[in-house]
Amino acid sequence: MPLIVFVERGGARREVRAPEGVTVMEIARRHGIDGIVAQCGGACACATCHVYVAPQWLEKLEPREDMEEGMLENAWEPRANSRLSCQIHLAAALDGLEVTVPRRQNLLENDQ
Amino acid sequence: MISTILILGAGQAGAQAVDSLRREGFAGRLVLIGDEPQLPYQRPPLSKQFLAGEMAEDRLFFRHQAYYDQHRVELELGRRATRIDAAARRVSLSDGETLAYDRLMLCTGAKSRPLTCPGAELAGVHYLRGVADVAAMRPGLKAGARVVIIGGGYIGLETAATARKLGCAVTVLEMADRVMNRVVASSVSEYFAHEHRTQGIKIICNTRVVRLEGTGRVERVVCADGSAYEADLLVVGVGAVPNSELAAEAGLACENGITVDEYCRTSDAAIYAAGDCTHHPSLRFEMRVRLESVDNAFEQAKTAALNLLGKPTIHDRVPWFWSDQFDNKLLIVGLSSGFDQQVLRGDPAARSFSICYLKGGELLAVEAINHPKDYIAARKLIAERARPDLDKLADPRISLKETV
Repeated sequence: MPLIVFVERGGARREVRAPEGVTVMEIARRHGIDGIVAQCGGACACATCHVYVAPQWLEKLEPREDMEEGMLENAWEPRANSRLSCQIHLAAALDGLEVTVPRRQNLLENDQ
Repeated sequence: MISTILILGAGQAGAQAVDSLRREGFAGRLVLIGDEPQLPYQRPPLSKQFLAGEMAEDRLFFRHQAYYDQHRVELELGRRATRIDAAARRVSLSDGETLAYDRLMLCTGAKSRPLTCPGAELAGVHYLRGVADVAAMRPGLKAGARVVIIGGGYIGLETAATARKLGCAVTVLEMADRVMNRVVASSVSEYFAHEHRTQGIKIICNTRVVRLEGTGRVERVVCADGSAYEADLLVVGVGAVPNSELAAEAGLACENGITVDEYCRTSDAAIYAAGDCTHHPSLRFEMRVRLESVDNAFEQAKTAALNLLGKPTIHDRVPWFWSDQFDNKLLIVGLSSGFDQQVLRGDPAARSFSICYLKGGELLAVEAINHPKDYIAARKLIAERARPDLDKLADPRISLKETV
């Protein structure tokens, strides 16, 4: 099973293994990763599972689709390496993927 | 001192309450009671990927068992609460056990509004609320099966789309003059009706079902105008009613749900409530509402947890909703009731547009069809009571956030 590394808001690193096919958001939610809210549960409807992907992994991901692009535009501090974690499906090629949780999820949300 | 918190209801709000209470440092006994046997799970996929068989059950779960073990959450699943004794601070379960609490959180949700016409009790009549409903319905959603759906709201249309994808012959019967009439503009209704018809679904509006016929099992749906539709399987999606009976019997104030204030407090100081079961004030929209939404369940549960732990927090949110039907995503933010102006942005024929609602020049709500940018921008503008420039608003080349 691929390994995924979450860097939480305080800087803590959490390493978890998860089966291929599930999304990074689902893994975060199951393991209670701090700062990934994921209100809509993966419907690409809320932009509260925003993460920054470590640069070396960016090109291994499928590109953003329009819906994700639009959602990210007004996320809190979007960057070139921003992704919605519900749109990243784990695969063998992503073994070791590292993502960092932003300090906040949305312009309007209180911190969870 | 609060040593035991009971949460009644293990849906979106109940699961979030557990998370928030532990995150905020509650270290006492935490019991989550739910009448379904599954670990707490998310419901939105039930009419979509899960109904289609594209998603395994364990992917619905918010958390795995290990989370509850680690966080010392006592899961009482498959057990139903039958009585709240507010004076003694005890909850009775259907098997006779009673549990004492210092604080109680009611996250009891809503249930499907039942069909009441003759024949409603026939086999083959389904509702869609939980995993068990999907399990009962799915074997009948075979290619070629004649599926009749009563109600053209979110549940009805999402189920119609999924059944159609599975190859069923689908007919939607709607009592009003258009689908989703309570939640979207008429142009949005028209757009979605067209999308469904293009996919081969029959949508019939202005029609009232008067009885179901069949020998033991539903075979035919008969409408007031005498028209009849043959059915192998029937799905009823005619709304939901709040689960507020236990609260009312316990003497809590209830009106269209459990009455709570902006702190999610009920009329009993030891009892809070969150989610679809609550009738609560919307500060932004200056009215009391009952919302059936993931977002509201999540936010109220968080607010209730904080207040329950003595950290005063007000629930003051702009609600949002979404629906997936075929490859369309409908995103709604705000509440449009009381609007005095509607502005279309974009062209429905381009399959990406939005409808903005204003009142006295203030942006109240936006319905965005395959248009995430307008939706996300609107969340902020509506909360800020922004007053967009109307000419800019009507020009889809100008981004919504640049209209203010």
